[in-house]
Amino acid sequence: MTSCHNYESLPAARRVAIFGGTHGNEMSGVTLVNQWIKNETEIQRPGFQIKPFITNPRAVEKCTRYIDTDLNRAFTTENLSAEKSEDLPYEVSRAQEINRLFGPKGSQEAYDVIFDLHNTTSNMGGTLILESSKDDCNLQMVHYVQNALIPMSCSVLLTEHPTLKYAASRSVAKRPVGVEVGPQPHGTIRGDVLDTMKKIIKHALDFIQLFNEGKEFSPCTVDVYRITESVDYPRDKDGNISAMIHTDLQDRDWQALNPGDPMFLTFDGRTIPYEGDSTVYPTFINEAAYYEKQQAFVITRKETLTVKGIRVSQA
Amino acid sequence: MRLYNTVELRGYTAITDTVHLSEREAERHSEHNYSKLRVRERYSSQMDRSMACSPPLSRVVVSGGTHGNELAGVCLVKEWLRGDSAPCLERSSFTAQPLLANPRATEQGVQNTTLAPPSPSDPYELVRARELDSLLGPKGSDEAVDFICDLHNTTANMGASLILYSLSDYFCLHMLHHLQTHMQLAPVYCVVFEEPPSAAYSLDTIGKRGLALEVGPLPHGLVRADVLSQMSEGVKLILDFIDLFNRGTLFPPCQVEVYRKLEGLDFPRELQSGELNGTVHPERQDRDFRVLNPGDPLFLRFDGETVRFKGERPVYPFFINEAAYYEKKLALWTAERVSVSVPALRVRGGLGGAGGGD
Repeated sequence: MTSCHNYESLPAARRVAIFGGTHGNEMSGVTLVNQWIKNETEIQRPGFQIKPFITNPRAVEKCTRYIDTDLNRAFTTENLSAEKSEDLPYEVSRAQEINRLFGPKGSQEAYDVIFDLHNTTSNMGGTLILESSKDDCNLQMVHYVQNALIPMSCSVLLTEHPTLKYAASRSVAKRPVGVEVGPQPHGTIRGDVLDTMKKIIKHALDFIQLFNEGKEFSPCTVDVYRITESVDYPRDKDGNISAMIHTDLQDRDWQALNPGDPMFLTFDGRTIPYEGDSTVYPTFINEAAYYEKQQAFVITRKETLTVKGIRVSQA
Repeated sequence: MRLYNTVELRGYTAITDTVHLSEREAERHSEHNYSKLRVRERYSSQMDRSMACSPPLSRVVVSGGTHGNELAGVCLVKEWLRGDSAPCLERSSFTAQPLLANPRATEQGVQNTTLAPPSPSDPYELVRARELDSLLGPKGSDEAVDFICDLHNTTANMGASLILYSLSDYFCLHMLHHLQTHMQLAPVYCVVFEEPPSAAYSLDTIGKRGLALEVGPLPHGLVRADVLSQMSEGVKLILDFIDLFNRGTLFPPCQVEVYRKLEGLDFPRELQSGELNGTVHPERQDRDFRVLNPGDPLFLRFDGETVRFKGERPVYPFFINEAAYYEKKLALWTAERVSVSVPALRVRGGLGGAGGGD
């Protein structure tokens, strides 16, 4: 028997977008979105509009992460409200255009859901990235996707943090969802990684369709990894990286890192241990694109979120 | 298919290029039904009498960062240039010199630079190539350095691969044998791109001798401790070998298996637009140097269709799904596996020990 108190009535999702090529060399998203643009019937569902979209076409053309600046950090209030000019970095102009087409960010006119497809060199498997611990609809969706993917696992990274949350392309939507699959070297297309991403999107769209058509989703719990800290590489006095991710940490995304465990290995063979005071769960370990962002990995803590039951409102 | 070639090269003659197929492969292709034993019996007496000799090597260069985003070589060379780990370049008979081949690309973290060149007709890499030729060469001359080991990484699963340009490069083939016997951290393979030295265009061909050491898989733009260790061990063994050679070690005749490049295969593409419409099949991904038989799955189209290998004989693919080759329209190279009988090798003149004569 369901309790009304635990169920939330939420509007249907009528406008959904799927972004690829936010980073031009993350090829799974580029490939899938181009396929869906060419063959729209493959992605369409009854009852809601799905728009596949290449967000950074110039970077895609050059198969590079970005042209002037990282598009996935460009959707700040400052950038979105900057005066249009030819002197603006390419990605800032692009962010303004995307905000116009799929936003405006924070308004009622914005798209309901945007899936932003990414790859990483880190061994993260399939990962869904959420910005809010309070978005019951998104949380029910990830719960649904995780169950549908079993035995394949799918982790949930929560970037709800005052300084570590970034102004991503998907943030123009009411409900942004990052889809990150790795490991894959940038600039390559691995068949297994492409397949994982395709499955994640399929199950996510299944959820939206079921929800829109009136299916109720019972209260549940979702285990998430909440981001708490970013850790840089050790550097020498000139700012050059002086150590690498330790072999014992490499590829161990989502696995416990205990105080005293090896963390970095200097080029002359010395181990630098993790010196925190409790067990943490690192991820984005050794992502190539983060060397320039001074990030060797991020630290997360496991949390179990209680999620309300939801049903579509009949308005 | 040839059974053997004799080659006169730099003063010695030896048997090259005996093509050996395992019994299973021979059964599949009856026209190549040669047995290893028969080849050995026919040529063993001639092999025993031949010896490859060449002078000692003193000017040895280890270069990294020819492609600025292949970071294991960059890290090693930068450490050596800082002086911290330079002792590992010293041997009793020589000291290898580290070199950052493409500093500008390394600084940018890219394969090649994209900065505006000083003059419109000279890209940075061309200017740099000429600088390197005058520093390490000139190519083809007596002034050229004795040996260049050029460090590379690949996104392909190629372990530690030595890249050579000739099947009769006996010095490097003995070096290969040394690595295969001693290397612990990665499997060692050898790929031969047969090109005359004048046509080969890579850095390692500037010196009198040279090779590329390609270690993978490693995504471009990052360094992994395990790959760095593999590359480090590879360099150590290469320099050990040169030192053993210089000090008069006699390397007895040996047999090595190498992969001789055949042709490159592109990804499946749309006929009209040329756009990619498939990728390496998951059953082939990461299977560098494993036999690819006619009919085996090779590519998987994005619409789910499997594309099978249409060749007429088994081949050995390598550089499978290398990121930098997408723009060159290459999904992988194919190779034939060749067993090469390498004659004995000893230094001529130089340090300790009389070398064998020509």
